[in-house]
Amino acid sequence: MSAAINWFWFASPQTFFPLAGRIARACWVLAALLALAGLYVGFFVAPTDAQQGEAYRIIFIHVPAAWMSMFLYVVMALWAALGLAFNTRLSSMMASAIAPTGALFTFLALWTGALWGRPTWGAYWVWDARLTSELILLFLYLGFMALQAAIDDPRRADRAGALLAIVGVVNVPIIYYSVVWWNTLHQGASVSLTRAPSMAATMLAGMLLMVLAFWLYSIAASLTRLRCIIRERE
Amino acid sequence: MSEFLAMGGYGWYVWGSYGVTVAALALEILFLWRRSREAKA
Amino acid sequence: MIAAARCILRRDLLLALRRRGDVATALLFFVIVASLFPLGVGAEPEQLRAIAPGVIWVAALLSSLLSLARLFADDHADGTLEQMLLGAAPLGVIVAAKLLAHWLVAGLPLVAIAPLLALQYGLPAPLYGTLALSLLLGTPVLSLIGAIGAALTLGLRGGGVLLALLVLPLYVPVLVFGAGSLDMAAAGLAPQGQLQLLAALLVVSAAFAPWAIAAALRISTE
Repeated sequence: MSAAINWFWFASPQTFFPLAGRIARACWVLAALLALAGLYVGFFVAPTDAQQGEAYRIIFIHVPAAWMSMFLYVVMALWAALGLAFNTRLSSMMASAIAPTGALFTFLALWTGALWGRPTWGAYWVWDARLTSELILLFLYLGFMALQAAIDDPRRADRAGALLAIVGVVNVPIIYYSVVWWNTLHQGASVSLTRAPSMAATMLAGMLLMVLAFWLYSIAASLTRLRCIIRERE
Repeated sequence: MSEFLAMGGYGWYVWGSYGVTVAALALEILFLWRRSREAKA
Repeated sequence: MIAAARCILRRDLLLALRRRGDVATALLFFVIVASLFPLGVGAEPEQLRAIAPGVIWVAALLSSLLSLARLFADDHADGTLEQMLLGAAPLGVIVAAKLLAHWLVAGLPLVAIAPLLALQYGLPAPLYGTLALSLLLGTPVLSLIGAIGAALTLGLRGGGVLLALLVLPLYVPVLVFGAGSLDMAAAGLAPQGQLQLLAALLVVSAAFAPWAIAAALRISTE
């Protein structure tokens, strides 16, 4: 109780600025270390897959990128909602800072998904439910960024983006469900690119390490971008 | 070494994925660094 | 409150009546887009029959986007929007009335014209009912969701295209269930499930969208 942090003290961009820098620097380093560990496990410890050969090693990027893309969108919407509800500038800035990184991971998920699909399923793009939903998620990210870019007034940009993000995050489950249904209607056998071969423990370990690495990278990149936004606005 | 690069015949796909990922993340870091410098000025 | 709603409804319908050209343009767009596809993919009857649900629905989506762009712009330009924001009636109710007027003028005609397009595509007659019903349920949802985008992009440069980028991802469920219901019916299966999902989307969006739109209008005009 007496040790309760006054969160609203940190809500001031100026106060948070140096802290953001320290956290970001730590996260860059940790992310690099975890990535190295993950890649080592992924390439030298995890065995070759019986069905997919070496091509499955793409999974160590594809799945973490996809997870991050979805996770970041929710986090972004959360910060945006906080900014809208409590009228805290920093929260809205955080949402704007996260968006490009989230969009990047969405693109990487799509790109690696295509390159994984080609040797495994014979085509670069197979319109399976997950990839199609991922594509729509990319459009949601880009829409958010485009809307904020089109508005000159920062306050209006923050709040408009927040509303869009909230509408988006509420719709994502509905969109996903509709795409899954659409996929079963038109394809019968579900061609799920992320249904990995039965995961050996080492494969799982490698994937989890990469997820952590991406997560820390996202924190570092977002906070660095946040610092830029703070400098630009104040 | 060449076996490692070939990745069982899937070299283009595997390294295409990792390569683009590394390039994309590096580009993001580069843009952030440049933006940070401009913001300081 | 009801009086205010009725007043807005009458006003918007009257305005739309005076600007019949705008209404006709969106309708014409609907027909033209649907007519382009056979020119692009070939006129083979089997193929056309297969793509008909999707094409008609996508054309409806795009047409609704066109008409949405102007939904709030005119009122914003002549100051009526500010009056609505300052007025006594709840903004959500005003918005709902505007949307009803908009749908009557921009959405309902699509439902009426769609059978003609279905004819062009050789869609079997028994499916016309499902087509009309799916559009009847779906076009209001398009208006409701699209209006959120229209309110957010009020007065922005690149407005129309930005509106499309924001709103089209949100349209996906409506498209999937709308066209899907027709595909199910074409395959001889019952389209009830999809139509019920469309109805659910309509109920939920009718309940929540007006308030989101009202919030967006306030954000855009402050």
